[in-house]
Amino acid sequence: MTDTPETYSAAAEIGAPRTRRGPGTRAWLALKKAPVSAWFGLVVICAYALVAIFAPLLAPHGEAQVFAQPYAPWTANHPLGTDQIGRDILSRLIYGARNTIGIALTTTLLAFLIGGGLALVAAIARGWTDQILSRLVDVLMAIPSLIFALMLLSIFGASVLSLIVIIAVLDSTRVFRITRAVAMNVVVMEYVEAARLRGEGTWWIMRREILPNIMPPLVAEFGLRFCFVFLTIAALSFLGLGIQPPTADWGSMVRENASLIQFAQYDLKAGITPLLPAAAIALLTVGVNFVVDWFLMQTSGLKDEH
Amino acid sequence: MNTDTPLLTMRGVRIDGFADERWTPIVKGVDLTLHRGQVLGLIGESGAGKSTLGLAAMGFARPGCRISGGEILFDGIDLMRASEAEKQALRGVRIAYVAQSAAAAFNPAHTLLEQTIEAPVRHGLMSAAEAADYARTLYAAMDLPDPDTIGDRYPHQVSGGQLQRAMTAMAMCAKPDLIIFDEPTTALDVTTQVNVLAAMRKAIREFGTAAIYITHDLAVVAQMADRIKVLRYGEEVEEAPTETMLAAPKHPYTKSLWAVRAIRKPGETGPDKVLELNGITAAYGTIPVLRDISLAVPRGKTVALVGESGSGKSTTARVITGLLPPVAGEVRFEGAPLPPALRGRSRDQLRRIQMIYQSADTAMNPRHTVHEIIGRPVQFYLGKSGAEVTARVSQLLDMIELDDSFMDRLPGELSGGQKQRICIARALAAEPDVIICDEVTSALDQIVQEGILKLLMKLQRTLGLSYIFITHDIDTVRAIADEVVVMFQGEVVEQGLKEQIFAPPHPAYTELLLSSVPKMETGWLEDRIAAQARTASGG
Amino acid sequence: MHPVLTTVIQRLALGLLTLFLVSLLIFSAVEFLPGDFTQAVLGQSATEETVAAFRRELGLDQPAWARYLDWIGGVVQGDFGTSFSGRAASGVNRSREVVDLVAPRLMNTLFLAGMTALVAVPLALFLGITAALWRNSLYDRAVNAATLSTISMPEFFVAYILILVFGSLVPIFPSLANVTPEMPLGERIWRCILPSATLMLVIVAHMMRMTRAAIINLLASPYIEMARLKGLSARRVILYHALPNAWAPIVNVIAFNLAYLVVGVVVVEVVFVYPGIGQLMVDAVTSRDIPVVQACALIFAGTYITLNLIADILSIVTNPRLLHPR
Repeated sequence: MTDTPETYSAAAEIGAPRTRRGPGTRAWLALKKAPVSAWFGLVVICAYALVAIFAPLLAPHGEAQVFAQPYAPWTANHPLGTDQIGRDILSRLIYGARNTIGIALTTTLLAFLIGGGLALVAAIARGWTDQILSRLVDVLMAIPSLIFALMLLSIFGASVLSLIVIIAVLDSTRVFRITRAVAMNVVVMEYVEAARLRGEGTWWIMRREILPNIMPPLVAEFGLRFCFVFLTIAALSFLGLGIQPPTADWGSMVRENASLIQFAQYDLKAGITPLLPAAAIALLTVGVNFVVDWFLMQTSGLKDEH
Repeated sequence: MNTDTPLLTMRGVRIDGFADERWTPIVKGVDLTLHRGQVLGLIGESGAGKSTLGLAAMGFARPGCRISGGEILFDGIDLMRASEAEKQALRGVRIAYVAQSAAAAFNPAHTLLEQTIEAPVRHGLMSAAEAADYARTLYAAMDLPDPDTIGDRYPHQVSGGQLQRAMTAMAMCAKPDLIIFDEPTTALDVTTQVNVLAAMRKAIREFGTAAIYITHDLAVVAQMADRIKVLRYGEEVEEAPTETMLAAPKHPYTKSLWAVRAIRKPGETGPDKVLELNGITAAYGTIPVLRDISLAVPRGKTVALVGESGSGKSTTARVITGLLPPVAGEVRFEGAPLPPALRGRSRDQLRRIQMIYQSADTAMNPRHTVHEIIGRPVQFYLGKSGAEVTARVSQLLDMIELDDSFMDRLPGELSGGQKQRICIARALAAEPDVIICDEVTSALDQIVQEGILKLLMKLQRTLGLSYIFITHDIDTVRAIADEVVVMFQGEVVEQGLKEQIFAPPHPAYTELLLSSVPKMETGWLEDRIAAQARTASGG
Repeated sequence: MHPVLTTVIQRLALGLLTLFLVSLLIFSAVEFLPGDFTQAVLGQSATEETVAAFRRELGLDQPAWARYLDWIGGVVQGDFGTSFSGRAASGVNRSREVVDLVAPRLMNTLFLAGMTALVAVPLALFLGITAALWRNSLYDRAVNAATLSTISMPEFFVAYILILVFGSLVPIFPSLANVTPEMPLGERIWRCILPSATLMLVIVAHMMRMTRAAIINLLASPYIEMARLKGLSARRVILYHALPNAWAPIVNVIAFNLAYLVVGVVVVEVVFVYPGIGQLMVDAVTSRDIPVVQACALIFAGTYITLNLIADILSIVTNPRLLHPR
């Protein structure tokens, strides 16, 4: 039998087991328990970030430097050979990290700024604002985004700026949907009602009551959206409608060197050269997906506890 | 009936649950014996492991749980060693289960009858036609309306109380030896509960079925069970025949199960009305929810709003706080009319009426610390900052009987009772005149409820607070109210001093409501049914 | 009227409205073109008369709403206008009807997508349902990791790996899918194996993951636990209790992925030089042949909207709560 306290005391009532830890320690503890896939993803992401940041230091040659021999085989000077007009492939791969990831990241951030901002406005204001914004998003989402992007690019022409703006606007519809959904879940909470009853202003409620509670799903969504944007831009570049030469970019590199594949029978190295930038894209998205998967498991696991 | 060999024997049963990457015990070695035709009440508060134990009697563990030790013998069959096929042959046939939420436990894609006859037909006990006939008999025995045709309806086409009865009929259809009732009436309103309880008891008596009745409500189990076993933290506290348990509980924990019923205070009123509602009519869109509500709250007193779900008690609170401006009527505070909508009210007007919610879990931002939660109103309404806020928070924590060590905790790190206390402190921080308490104790265990109610009464005495106490629980009303307002379908049925309301004669609805609350004595249900029959035949 | 019918009609009306708004959006693309685009189409040396004639042909002298009515009226009758390409500065007009460009390629695309869906849908449902039933088993984990990796890869990566392995290193399948109208069916299928396999890998991964999630969600419902507690066999629990409630989520998964297939086809067609509508659209975007782009966009969007609408309606008519109103 359990001992029952004869006198009741609120402070002695058993709460959740409590050890006060800083966010740093908590993150480290979570990391220690993380599965191999998450570790793999984190290492990949860090490696890509380093390559992107230090591209000029790491690349043996210039981004658009043209050498005499096109389609050169793998040698000491050109570890991965040269491309169709004689540019060093390794160097272009390294610069490509910077360009492709940079553009995808900018686009995703812009999409979150537009979609997330409007979603919060819709969730708090509700009524007409919400109706109009939601219907508009419904219509925009009724067209597959790659098709929509192709159409817009045909009108505005393919440039980095129009690429970023078009993809960001199209992707912001997805961000809007999810942000609005999670924000709506929070808006109906009694603590938000309590804040409204207290007389708090909209801005305060948005910043202090809603944002902290929708951050975990939004962070996960950011990862997924980044992958999606990254793949869309890669696909457009591959189709020749994205990032334009001479800027080094993984999608267009695949397209430019694709014909090498048919020589794989004779020289395997040449055969896999066009696949390297594609593999670089795949590796990063796989890495991000693994980390997001783990993150989602972590945050949803936390919810079960309470 | 053979009472020598027990129908069900459990010895030292241990069940683990998987949480946080490891197995933790939920049930820690419980013994249980049940004879044919007997009803055992299994009582305990949330987390006591009673449902888990009930399912273990069927040799079943929910996903994420495992039966890790002990012995379970059902009529000589060892359920710990039985194969899955052997257990399947028992389930639904010799042991049946009645779940808490009938609405969720019935498959929406099939009719009631199809689901009722499924177990006996699939196990080859009866033909479909025989089973259907028998099901109709059972529907009639369960006092379901139109027993011959109700089976053709789909679950979403009948009410909650009827579904719960249909589920009992479903459990009985294969003529089982044992039925596990898992909180079958918890989700029902009190006036519906009586009839469901009566029908269930009539049926088990008639067919001589043994049962395990799981609940957290001692008064309910007193009507149903021959013996009562009290569980706490997965261990047995005590077991005794029902009458003995009610008359002379041995363990202090058992006594605490009716702690709230022990609180009493005389109802008083006062001439100084701090808040008045005059002829309030309100609607959600075009659906009317309140009709001509008038009530007054005396300063320093407690007015209890009582009624079942849908009676409009919470809507009344929304009108007072300004969340739902009324269609007609006005709210007066200290004699002066309050602007109907929240936006129109001044910060000071907002400060003086505060609100405490039923679920402290959703009423506090999970990402704010206790200091932020309690400190914000201090800062917002009283314009204090820095060390002044901290000092005030410390003072408020002291008032709710907690200490400074709670200041930097997050809500997730508090127990249920502590959370509700923090919510009380947040309301107090505004230094209000009136606090609206919306079902503040109904999600809590009895002993914690008692603590919270006593705290609220103490605060009322020392600070002169006025409470509007919204609840469906008559015991809570008896404990702390001064005046009572009985509501039904958006209208006030009766209002007045507590003693006046609780003393006969009553208007019909009040009578029904009061007489439906199970009393902590055996035989109450029989009396109640007999009284109902008299009224029916007499009227 | 029966509530199911009312709801279905509502959805149909909403679908039509969406189609209308989308067509408006696609039409207005022309409005955003720079003012001198006629010059760009016809070339720098185009005479003023040629430009004026071209502008008249496009109806640029008329208000936008009149041109929209004209365009959409044509579309309904299967007339998508005339291509921009093939026009010379001299005024010689060798441009072709958009329909003649689109129609044969649309058939090709439908052939490829249909062939893929025929294999991918049953396969994905099988994998998804079995993974959900044997949750957390080795099989489940393996399928999960494999599909998560596949959906992370760009389609062209999957495509080129297949080409590298099966087209170049071990040349079994043709790596170019250059089908012609005269080709016999067997030959056609043979040439489509690699593009179809690429699409299949991507679609199956997506669809399998969604099916698995939907089934797991369903199996957690209390009525499934109740069915188990009635001692029913696993087969009975799945077929009688889970399946009737699973149609809506499964239909949604299928529709979502068929819609995805429609889009995924664009990149795959370019990789394998398959004469489908996706490649046509990419070429038209490159040469800024707006009428062709508009026609393709409208077809893609229309298919996408229709598929989602069908899924919506199917989940309405399989919902017992709507089928049997109170």
